[in-house]
Amino acid sequence: MSKIPSAPPVLPSTSSIEPERYELSEPLRYRFELERRDFVKLFGGGLLVLVAAPAALAQESGRGRGGQNQQPAELAAWLQIDGNGHVTGSTGKVEIGQNARTALAQQIADELRVPLASVSLVMGDTDRTPYDMGTFGSRTTPTMAPVMAKAAATAREMLIDQAGARWQADRASLAARDGRVFGPGGKSIAYGEITKGQALTGTIVADPPQQKRTDWQIRGTAAKKLDGRAFVTGAHEFPSDIKRPGMMYGHVIRPDGYGATLVTLDSAGATKIPGVTVVHDGDFAGVVAPTERDAKRATAAVRATWNVPAGQPSSRTIFTYLKENPEGEGGRGGRPTVTGDVAAARAQASRTFEASYLIPYIAHVPLEPRAAVAEWQDGKLTVWTGTQRPFGVRAELAEAFHLPEDKVRVIMPDMGSGYGGKHTGECAIEAARLAKAAGRPVKLVWTRAEEFAWAYFRPAGVIDVRSGVDAQGRIAFWEFDNWNSGTAGIQTPYEIANRRIAFHPAKTPLRQGSYRGLAATANHYAREMHMDEMARALGADAVEFRLRHLKDDRLRNVLTAVAEKAKWPKPSAAGRALGIAAGTEKGSYVATAAELSKTPSGFKVERIVIAFECGAIVNPDGLKNQVEGAVVQGLGGALFEAIEFADGRLQNGTMEQYRVPRFKDVPPIDVVLLDRRDLPSAGAGETPLVCVAPAIGSAARAFGKVEARLPVTLA
Amino acid sequence: MARHVLRVNGKDHEVDAEPGDSLLSLLRDDLGLTGSKFGCGEGFCGACTVLIDGQLTRSCVTRVGAVAGKAIATVESLAAGDRLHPVQQAFLDAEAFQCGYCTSGMVMATVALLKNTPNPTEQDIARVMDRNVCRCGTYPRIVDAIKRAAQQMRTTTTAVGGQR
Ligand code: FES
Ligand code: FES
Repeated sequence: MSKIPSAPPVLPSTSSIEPERYELSEPLRYRFELERRDFVKLFGGGLLVLVAAPAALAQESGRGRGGQNQQPAELAAWLQIDGNGHVTGSTGKVEIGQNARTALAQQIADELRVPLASVSLVMGDTDRTPYDMGTFGSRTTPTMAPVMAKAAATAREMLIDQAGARWQADRASLAARDGRVFGPGGKSIAYGEITKGQALTGTIVADPPQQKRTDWQIRGTAAKKLDGRAFVTGAHEFPSDIKRPGMMYGHVIRPDGYGATLVTLDSAGATKIPGVTVVHDGDFAGVVAPTERDAKRATAAVRATWNVPAGQPSSRTIFTYLKENPEGEGGRGGRPTVTGDVAAARAQASRTFEASYLIPYIAHVPLEPRAAVAEWQDGKLTVWTGTQRPFGVRAELAEAFHLPEDKVRVIMPDMGSGYGGKHTGECAIEAARLAKAAGRPVKLVWTRAEEFAWAYFRPAGVIDVRSGVDAQGRIAFWEFDNWNSGTAGIQTPYEIANRRIAFHPAKTPLRQGSYRGLAATANHYAREMHMDEMARALGADAVEFRLRHLKDDRLRNVLTAVAEKAKWPKPSAAGRALGIAAGTEKGSYVATAAELSKTPSGFKVERIVIAFECGAIVNPDGLKNQVEGAVVQGLGGALFEAIEFADGRLQNGTMEQYRVPRFKDVPPIDVVLLDRRDLPSAGAGETPLVCVAPAIGSAARAFGKVEARLPVTLA
Repeated sequence: MARHVLRVNGKDHEVDAEPGDSLLSLLRDDLGLTGSKFGCGEGFCGACTVLIDGQLTRSCVTRVGAVAGKAIATVESLAAGDRLHPVQQAFLDAEAFQCGYCTSGMVMATVALLKNTPNPTEQDIARVMDRNVCRCGTYPRIVDAIKRAAQQMRTTTTAVGGQR
C-alpha cells in the first residue's frame, strides 16, 4: 500500500477575476465509439484504467478538482539556472503574438539581475510547465508576470544566501548583478557556478524584496522580441510546421451544413488511393494519407450524404431570432444590475433617447488555421497544436479518448495567433482520432474554409439602450439590455444615478466563443454611440459631455489626451469629420478618435488617434505594437467584417469573400501611451480595440444617418 | 503521378506529384521548406509567397506542372549564413510582426517589390502588397520596414555599385 502523499504547496491565487462566460465556450464534443479492442490494441491489453477527465474547468487560482491542476509553489517548477548561468522560465501561458514570451522574460531578467539574452521560456507544454487555465482575458500581465517576478526575486535572494554562506560573508555586503553575486573585496561568483545546474530547491516566497516599478531596469524598456530572428528567416516552427517520423496527413470529411447528420458514407473511391485509410466513427469521418495531396484527393473521392436540418436562421433573421430565443437567465452575469430608480427618473426626464445596435457574428481569421500533429506511443498521446489553452485541450483529449490526463501531453509551439479564437481542441481531437486509426503520427491542418465554418465566432448580439437627460443636460437614467453579445464591458463608467443593465443569454445558431476583447467591443459600440447621440442632440461637445459624467481620473486622462492629440473638435481638413469614444475594460483605459472623409460610396478613415493607459508599461514598443494591431483588427469589425449565413451554411466563408483589413485599409495611426509607474501593470492585448468602431461611427454621423447594424454604414 | 524537377533555391529536387498539385505543399512537406506558410490556399493572404523567376507568386495556387525549369526562391534562400538579407534585417529592426506567421510571405513580397520599385511610395506598397494579410495588424510596421529596407538597399547599391 502506498502512502497518500501530503499535498504539495501551491501558490495563492493571484487573480480574483472570474473568466467571462464565453472564455470557456463549450468545446465540440465527439462521441467516438471507442471500443474495447481499440484500447487493447493501443495499450497492449495490460491493466487499463479508464478515467473520464472532469469536463468542468479548474480555476486558474488552483482550486481545481481533487487538488489537480494547481500552480506549484516550488521554485524549480518555474525557474531553472544551468551551469552556464542560462535561465529558463517555465509557464503554462502561451505566445500567440501578444509578446508574452518577451514580456515575461523581462520580468525574470529584471528581478534576477541577468541580461535579457540569458533568459528563455518554456511555454504551454503540459508535461513541462505548471498548470495554467489559459491565455486569455489579458491576464498574463496581471497574473503571470507577478509569479515570474516573484520566482526570480526568490531565486536571486537564494543565490545571494548561498554565495554568502560560501564566503562566510555578511549578507548585507553582497549584491547581485549581471548574473553574478558580488561580495566584499571585489570578489564575485557567477550564478551558474553556484547552482552548478542543480535545481533551485525551495518555495517561492510570498513577498520577496522586489524592485520598485520606478527602479525597473529591463522592464519598462523596448526589448526586442526574443525570437524575432526566427520569424524573418522562416526558421520558427509553428504548430502546422511540426513534422514527426513516419507522419501521415489527415483530412476531415465535413458536413455540408450546420447540425447535419451523416446519412451515408461511401469510401470505395478513396481507399483505392494507395496508403489511404478512411475513418468513420459516429458522425466523425476522415481520411489519412501519405501526403497532404493524397489526403485531399481521398477526401474528394469520399461520397457522403448529409441531412441538414431545414429552417435555420440566417444572418438576416439572426437579430430577431436572438431576442426570441432566450437561454435561461441566471448564468454568469445573468441578473440585471439595478441602481437607483429608473422609472422615477424617466418620468422626470426632460428628454429621452432610445436606440438599438446590432452586432453580427464575426470571425477571428487567425492567419495560421487550426493545426495539430498527434502521436500515440506506449499508451501515451502527444499532440502539438495551436491553442490558447493547452491544459484545457489536454482535458478535452483525455475526455474524448477516456484517458487519464497524465497520459496526454499537449505542446503548444508559438502559433500563428488566435485572438481568442483558439481556446478549444477540436483539431487536436480529430488528429488524435485519425492517428489512432492509422497507427502513425498524423498531421491535420484545417483549410481556410474549415477554419471559417467549423471554428467559432464572436457572438452576434442585439443591444437596446434607453436613456434620458434632465433639464441641466445630465444623464438621468440609463437602461442597457444586451442579448447574447456577452457581459464584458457591459457596465457604464459614467456617473449615472439611475440605471438598469442586463444581459440576456440567447440560443445561438452558430457556434460562438471568445474573441479579443469579447463583448466589450459590442458594449462599447452601443454605449459610446449612444453617448454621442445624446451629446449631439443636446448640442454639447462630445468630450465635454463625457467629462461631465466622469469621475474616474484614468478615463478622463486618456480622453483628454486623445482630444489633445487629435486636435478635437476640429478635423484637420475641410470636409472631414472627427469622432471620439472612450472606455475601460480589464483594468486598462482607452480613448480613440477617428477622422473620416466623405467618399461617393460612403466614407474613408483618414486617421486614427488612440490614447491608452494600462498602468506601468513593461515594454513600450511591444505595447505600441499591440495597440496598433488592435486598432487594425478593430477596423475590420467597424468597416467590413460580418459573417453571412443561411440554411446552415456560410455565404462568405473564404479569405476572398470575408474581408479582413489589408494594407490599403489602414490609415495613419497615432498612439499615445500613458505610462503610470505608480500603478501595477494591466493587460493590454484587447482593450485598445474597443473604441475603434464607435469613434468611426460617431464621425460618420457627420455625413448622414448611421445604420443600427455593424459594420458602420451610412443609411 | 509523375516525376517533376523543381529548381528551388538554386538546387534541383525530384518530386513525385500530379501536375495539378500545389507547389506550396511540395515545398513544405516534401522539401521541408516550411518557411513558406499555408494561410488560405486561395491566393488571397500571401503567407505562401515565393519568387518564381524573380516574380512574386502565391505558391499555394501554383501548380507544380507550371513551374518546371523555373527558378523558385523561398524565404530560406535569403540569408547568407548568419547575415540576414537587408529586407529581413529591416523587418527585424522595425519589429514588423507579432505572431510572425505572415512574416516570411511579407518578406518575400517585399523583396519582389523592391526589385521592381527600389523607392516605393506608400501607394506602391499598398498596391503590390495588398494580397498579403497580416491579421495581427502590423501593417504600419511593415510599411516602415519596407522603407528601411529600400533605403538600406539603395545605399548598399550605390556603395558597391552593384545589385545584391
Ligand atoms: S496560402 Fe497562398 S495566398 Fe494564402
Ligand atoms: S504577425 Fe501575425 S499575421 Fe502578421
